[in-house]
Order: sequence, then structure tokens, then C-alpha cells
Amino acid sequence: MATVQLNQLKKVYDKDVVAIKGADVTINDKEFVVLVGPSGCGKSTLLRMIAGLEEISGGDLMIDGDRVNDLSPKDRDIAMVFQNYALYPHMTVFENMAFGLKLRKYPKAEIKARVEEAAGFLGLTEYLERRPKEMSGGQRQRVAIGRALVRQPKVFLFDEPLSNLDAKLRVQMRIEIKRLHQQLQATMIYVTHDQIEAMTMGDKIVVLKDGVVQQVDSPMNLFNNPSNKFVAGFIGSPSMNFLNGTIEQGNELKFVAGSVSFGIPNELQLREKLSPFVGKPVTFGFRPEYLYDKSTERQVQLSVDMNITIDVTEPIGSEAFNYFHFAGMEDQTYCFRSSSANQYQSGQKVEVGIDINRLRFFDGETEARIA
Amino acid sequence: MSHPRPTKSDRAMKNLKLQKLLFYGLLFVMTAIYLGPFLFSLSISFNAEQDVFSWPIKLLPEEWTLDNYQRVWQDLPFGTWLLNSVTITVIQTICNVFFASLAGFAFARLDFPGKNIIFSLLLASLMIPGIVLLVPKFIILNEFHLINTYGGLILPGLVSVVNIFLMKQFFETIPKDLEEAALIDGCSYFRIFWQIFLPVSKPALAAVAIYTFQGSWNEFMWPVIVTTTRDMFTLPVGMAFLKNEFSVQWPLLMAGTILISLPTIAIFLIFQRYFVQGVASAGLKE
Repeated sequence: MATVQLNQLKKVYDKDVVAIKGADVTINDKEFVVLVGPSGCGKSTLLRMIAGLEEISGGDLMIDGDRVNDLSPKDRDIAMVFQNYALYPHMTVFENMAFGLKLRKYPKAEIKARVEEAAGFLGLTEYLERRPKEMSGGQRQRVAIGRALVRQPKVFLFDEPLSNLDAKLRVQMRIEIKRLHQQLQATMIYVTHDQIEAMTMGDKIVVLKDGVVQQVDSPMNLFNNPSNKFVAGFIGSPSMNFLNGTIEQGNELKFVAGSVSFGIPNELQLREKLSPFVGKPVTFGFRPEYLYDKSTERQVQLSVDMNITIDVTEPIGSEAFNYFHFAGMEDQTYCFRSSSANQYQSGQKVEVGIDINRLRFFDGETEARIA
Repeated sequence: MSHPRPTKSDRAMKNLKLQKLLFYGLLFVMTAIYLGPFLFSLSISFNAEQDVFSWPIKLLPEEWTLDNYQRVWQDLPFGTWLLNSVTITVIQTICNVFFASLAGFAFARLDFPGKNIIFSLLLASLMIPGIVLLVPKFIILNEFHLINTYGGLILPGLVSVVNIFLMKQFFETIPKDLEEAALIDGCSYFRIFWQIFLPVSKPALAAVAIYTFQGSWNEFMWPVIVTTTRDMFTLPVGMAFLKNEFSVQWPLLMAGTILISLPTIAIFLIFQRYFVQGVASAGLKE
């Protein structure tokens, strides 16, 4: 297994289209790292650069300390699982899995042993003589994983491998891949646009936007301490609520956005961090999970009193997502989560508060996190 | 007695029947136009009489015989012509399948300088009518002393732009992931072509093979120009020489023609499934 280092990695198409703008990421040995971001952010490009399927325009790609920029894919000792499985349609499952080993001239007995072991591991033993078209999507993806597995590569690469599966199968395969990682203790790099997948699978998540790495951190750190507004909005479902307003200095430091106005508490040195932004545009962010009904919540210290009107509620069984607006700001909708014990009606007025330790502020211009 | 008024669905049914009748009628006429002459030649080939066009024309012979088929083999150098035709067709078919798929792969999957220009030039060459090229081709081959040789007969038909185009289009429909998976597995580009792309392209290869076989087997113009002695004739040329100024031996000619068309029919029947698949999938994305 291996460490992978991306040092100022760049990708430029046609001399002026910059797809990756200097990525610096270190992926440690045995780590499961997820590259996540919206469509077109460059996550797949970055993975393909690691695989050797895209030329690297600048920077260094190191696998186990060796610079591999100019090595062909087959010489990088990596294996990749594709979104569309990419199984060879004219070969049986056995032949598909054995192909890479045959090309590397492994002895027949070892090929057979490795394929059978991987097939047993993935529950494919009875399908070894089938062709891909005779199998379901989930089984095909298992074969694709098996093909990577038998090679015992330094690094496993996954390019949105679950996108073509239905929701139930996706959850099942997610768990299987995670289990695979725990058992193999291999370095894995996984690309997805689905932040739930990223949060549930990754030891470390790399968030990308427009070819720029926004933040590299553990899932919970990304959720609780996003480095900018984009990460805050991208990670979490439903996403973080944002209110654009300004910081004002009256008797006390205040955040004002339309009819919403509240004094900045002194927790987490908020006042100190926000005082340089007096008179400047600031975005206030709060997660639906950290907004509470004041009439029922007693455990959490709530800072801000806000009066909201419920527009729509979406009960999903164990909990409900309530979409609301602030008084006088009917055109902007926000979300808060409630337990299924509290059932709200459309048009109901509720007094809510936000967990005092979960108030987040972002620079209105640069979108960087202030506090 | 009053009849019940036909309902709307009755009328629709009647219309449908009428449409079907028209459709099948049209199909029958078209089939007759295509199949009629062939069946008539088949009938003539079994006719014992030589004067098959004496009035009134008989669609079926009064006296049936296999004599004409025997005479084709005995009186004519049919065996030599058959060998010539088979040699030329087999070599041209194999070479066309190989070169068209190789070039198609390069145009579809490889990046090299001038790729688009070269491909445009190839396509542009399709705009030139083949007949215009006959004389230049003849002159070139004459310079190489290839007139009336197998080389002269075979070389100009080894590669066809249409086939390259067909293979390129087909290869472009194969998902890029497959090629990339093979690259990561350790394939060279030639191995990707040979072990991945060719096996999954059977329908397109079959289409190219059938097109080429048929074209090469039936080719008349080029062999008639490039051959000067009877022993170098191909079957179509040999058959054409049965028609001389004063008389045509129709039953003999038809027996030969039927024999010539048998391989094409057999190959088409055997590979029909692939052929239709190939044509249908040539322009379709997966």
C-alpha cells in the first residue's frame, strides 16, 4: 500500500482552460479519501490524472515517494473502478478479473487462486463463467471491484462507482466498499458528487470547486468547521441556511439582515472576530439541525430569538424538515429539522433559537469563514 | 331488411385491413420486381432448349436438364475463373477487414497530428466517381508492369474508404471507459485494438466483410480492364464473354450466373444477423 502526494498538481486543456488549479493533497497509507464537489469541479479529472489517463500539466504526483507524472497507467501500480463498470463484454467474469494478471504474465495457478479468492470475497464464485450482460448492475460493479482487487495494487481508484445503481443497492454497495477498505487496509481514492456518500465513506474528504481544492478535512470537521461558504453549503443535507446581512455596531455588536436582527454573543470569541467587519457585508450561516423550537428545547443553549412562519413541512418518519420564512422576508425560504414529536402546520408561527455554539459567519465578499 | 350502421371501430378495422392489403400488395410487387428476373434466369438455366426467347416465351422449361451446368464446367475454363475469383475475393476481404479496422481504430481512438485533415482527405476521395479513376489506376499499374497479373487485380481493392469510415463510426460507439480499463490493466494500444475492440466489433466486421466480399466477387469493370488473357478472367468477366457478337448461349450463361451468385447468397444468409446488426449499430451510441 502507499501514500499519494499531489504537489501543486495542474491540468490545463487547450492551453487556456484550467481544469485543476494547483491541487495540494496528501493521501496517507491505508487512508480512504473522497474527492467530492459539484459537476465540473474537476474531481474526476484529478482522479484520472492520478490514474495516468490524463496528462499532468504541472506539479508533481508522487506515489510512495516516486514521481510518477510520466509513467503510463499500467506502470503506476493502481487499479480503477469505473462508473460504467467497463467490463470487457466478450469475456467471462473469470476472464475479466484475470485479464490484468495475464498481461503481467503471472503463473496460471496464481491467477486462478487470486481470482477465486476475490470472487469468494465478493460473492461472485457462482458467476465466474457468466458474461457481464448476463448479470445485474450490482453484480457487474462487484466484478469491476474484483478486477481491481486481484491486482493487489498500491492504490485503488473509484470513479463514481455507485452512480448507476438504484438507491437501495447504492447503500448496500457503500457498506461493502467500506468493509472492503477495512479488511484490505488499502489506500483508496473515491470520487463522488454525492456528499452523503462522501461523508459516510471517507476518512478524509477533499472538497473541490472550479478546479480549486476548497478544504481537505475529516467529514465531521467539514460539517462543523467549513473553511468557506461553499463547503458549508455543499456538505450537509439539507444544506446550511444562509442570510446575507451586515454587522452593525450600536450599543452592542449586531447582525442585521432585513427583519432579522440579533446581538452577537460572546461565545467562541465571535465579537472579537466580527468587529473588523462592522459595516461590511457578511453572510450568516446556520444548519437546519442546529435550529430549535424554543418552546420544547431545554438542553441546548440557544442564543438568538427568531420568529418564523412555517411554509411547508416534509415529514420523513423519524424527523421532519420544515421550510419557513422570516417575518417580512417571504421570498426567501430556509429549513429547520424537528423531531417527529413536533408536528407543525403550514402558516404556523414558531419562536426558534440557534445553538449558541453553531453560529457561522462568512465574509460577504470573499466567502471565507470569519467565525 | 335494414343493415346495422357500421360503428366507428368497424370502420377503423376496415381501414386497417385495407392498409394491410395495400402494404402487402406493394411488398409483393417489389419482391416480384427483384426476384422475378432471378427466378427466370434460374428457369432458363435448367432449360434444355437453346432458343429460350422464341415466342411465346415459356416461363418454365418444357424439358428440364442439368446439362447446362455440366457444360459450364466442361466447355469453359470455369474452374480457372472460379479460382481467380476466389483468390481475389478472399485476399481483398481479409485485407479490407484488417486495414479498415486498423485505420478505423486509429481515426476513432488515437490522437496524432493531422488526424482530421487526413480523414477529411479520405472522405473527399469518395466524391470522385470511381470511373474517373480507372484510367489513372491503369496507367499506374502499367508502370509497375502489373497489368494482367494477380497483383493488378487485387492491389487496388485492398483498402476501401467506405469501410474505414464504417469501422471508425463503430469504434467511436465503444465506451471510452473500456479502453481506459484496458490501459490500466496493462494493454498497449495494439492489444486494446486486437483483444478488446475487435472481439466486440463482430457486427461491424461482418458488415465490412460482406460488403467487400460481395463487391469483390461481383466486380466487373476493373477485371475487364486489367486482364488481357482468358486465364486471368474472373467469373463475371468470363461469363460476359459468353455473349458474342452473333449469338448468346443463354442457358449456359444463366447456369454460370446462378453458380456465381450462390456464394453471395450463402454468405448473406449465414451472416445476415450480423449484417443487419452492423448496419443498424454503425451510427448509434450505446
